Amino acid sequence: MAASGPSVARAWSNERVRALVVQAAVLAGIVALLAWLVANTAHNLETRGLKTGFGFLKDPAFFDINQKLIEYSSRSSFGRALLVGLLNTLLVSALGIVAATILGFAAGMLRLSRNWLMARLATAYVEFTRNVPLLLQLIFWWSLLTGLPGVQDSLSLGNVAFLNNRGARLPAPSAEPGFGMVLAGAGMAVVAAIAVSAWAKRRRLATGRGFPVAAIAIGLIVGVPTTLFLALGQPLAWDVPQPGRFNFTGGIQVTPELVALWWALSVYTGAFIAEGVRGGILSVARGQTEAAYALGLSRGATMRKVVLPQALCAIVPPLTSQYLNLTKNSSLAVAIGYQDLVSVGGTVLNQSGRALEVVSIWIVVYLGLSLLTSLFMNWYNRRIALVER
Amino acid sequence: MRTPRAWIAAAAAVATVTLSGIGVTNAATLEDVRAAGTLKCGINTGLPGFAYTDDRGTWTGFDVAYCQALAAAVLGDPTKVRYVNVSAANRFTALASGEIDVLSRNTTWTFQRDNELGFTFAGVSYYDGQGFLIRRSLRVASAKELNGASVCIQRGTTTELNLADYFRANNLRYEPVPIADNEEARVAYVAGRCDVYTADASALAATKSALQNPNDHMILPEVISKEPLGPLVRQGDERWSDIARWTLNVLLAAEEYGVTQANVRDMARAATPNPEVNRMLGSEGSLGAMLGLAPNWAVNVIAAVGNYGEMFERYLGARTPLGLPRGLNALYKNGGVLYPLPMR
Repeated sequence: MAASGPSVARAWSNERVRALVVQAAVLAGIVALLAWLVANTAHNLETRGLKTGFGFLKDPAFFDINQKLIEYSSRSSFGRALLVGLLNTLLVSALGIVAATILGFAAGMLRLSRNWLMARLATAYVEFTRNVPLLLQLIFWWSLLTGLPGVQDSLSLGNVAFLNNRGARLPAPSAEPGFGMVLAGAGMAVVAAIAVSAWAKRRRLATGRGFPVAAIAIGLIVGVPTTLFLALGQPLAWDVPQPGRFNFTGGIQVTPELVALWWALSVYTGAFIAEGVRGGILSVARGQTEAAYALGLSRGATMRKVVLPQALCAIVPPLTSQYLNLTKNSSLAVAIGYQDLVSVGGTVLNQSGRALEVVSIWIVVYLGLSLLTSLFMNWYNRRIALVER
Repeated sequence: MRTPRAWIAAAAAVATVTLSGIGVTNAATLEDVRAAGTLKCGINTGLPGFAYTDDRGTWTGFDVAYCQALAAAVLGDPTKVRYVNVSAANRFTALASGEIDVLSRNTTWTFQRDNELGFTFAGVSYYDGQGFLIRRSLRVASAKELNGASVCIQRGTTTELNLADYFRANNLRYEPVPIADNEEARVAYVAGRCDVYTADASALAATKSALQNPNDHMILPEVISKEPLGPLVRQGDERWSDIARWTLNVLLAAEEYGVTQANVRDMARAATPNPEVNRMLGSEGSLGAMLGLAPNWAVNVIAAVGNYGEMFERYLGARTPLGLPRGLNALYKNGGVLYPLPMR
């Protein structure tokens, strides 16, 4: 026993042992805290007589949802209602990510443009939208869109598409026999374009000779399906919206809530992406541009072939955060009545009384979406990373 | 103001359920309210007649008066109320999590809310039904003609469910436009985002009264549901739910026996010929003590807000912008369905 004192002191003076002990203590603390939270929650639920469990997801929802990408009626289950909400979240996030990326890259490059007016306009856009709260922008777009003329005075585009304060009504395409051929043709054209570009790249690396890949690829992807479409006698029927007593019937309805949320998210996130793009481009050493000019590359080719590939390494990691922000910010939908996961979940929560379950579904879904986005962007980042030679 | 309230309330509810102390039980709301010295009362975010701010910025209205009555019964002072504005979508989480002691927000008494959600209704303070508000210029005479219309609807209400049932049963299509509260519904309806606003008839009367030209709008004849509205508390605290129930009953009984805000003090001072009034006002028997309240609890209630009839006329009746008739909400003696329980 007498020997244990000095040996403990000796072990404590060992840095690795000390680190292990401290880490074990912290871990034990976290586990104890979690265990207490779970036990306390269970106890509180019991004293309040609240039922728990996810069985309620099979119960009928009894409420309607206006925008549904899958079959849903008021007799569908709570689980299906949440799925409809999730798909609406995914739809607006995907649309937003595409638009914000285009907007952000354009504005970021324009801020560095030699054109004084364009550069100033891009700066004004970035500074204005970055510094106004997203919620205000969202309400601004929604108010603007619901300020459009009423249904009876709809703006008409050639009497097939209509715009009013309830959004847009567009003709809905429906496939007729033969349209599958067109789709198959488009698919084959894409495959062919990829093959051509791979071949052109090998040839360029081997011989140094260029090839107009972009023009050929676009020609293939646009030309093949168009030709097939015309040759097969345009196998596509259009369901054109017809004026009804209250609303147009038929066609596709795009609600002002979807458009307002999409624009607000794109414009807001685009401003942040623009700053990332500008920073990325500026991070590429000036010598690279000068070297490219010295080799006789045009300004456009310098940007596309020399600066951007190197800038992407600096742009992509912050871009990932912006994509995550956009997806999570889409939950502001609830403020204008777009029926995303949070909005539908709130209704489910209220009609079923299952707060813990719905909130945990929200957390798990947003966490999952964010992790998937991160995984994909990390993979992309590794792919475009500079290969040091 | 449009804010993601549902989020906040839900997060708060979860935090409360997970974090609140193990020793805290449900069964002591009366003691909690006494210790705090104020009653936390959940009310609407704004509904003319039921819960609105007057020109001095204080909350007033039919539902608010019940909060004041309960505070008068428990604390002897109708001003000792902290009002918590809750939307249709977050009211139940607010009550379940203990953020409020009582919910007085035109809430329909349903089987599921009473049983599955774990609440106890104190009774019915207003018998309502769901109707439709629409512009006269659309020339609609019946709800059956609403095929294809856009309908504004508050999320998380019974009206949302009735609407789906009604349109489904009548084989009509519609576009639901979900809204968080009555004020947002008014904005969306005025902006023309929806053709029709559906809610409890009383709420429609309130909304209509606040429109620029109320006569350009009408309420369709169909009443598609029964909506018995009333205050509610958490289940499992019998003492507290009894207090809530009998406070409401005092308001009704006072109307039946002609006890008013003006004469209640006089009637309480000396025994009246009616023993039931004497028991209620505490000059005979000990009803207050049976509830754990002061002997003059009912006097305080009536002195604070008057009897049910006075409350109705003050906030909802013919001389108010809402101009609602008593209808079902008259005493049984006058052709209504209000039947006060005996104070014995």
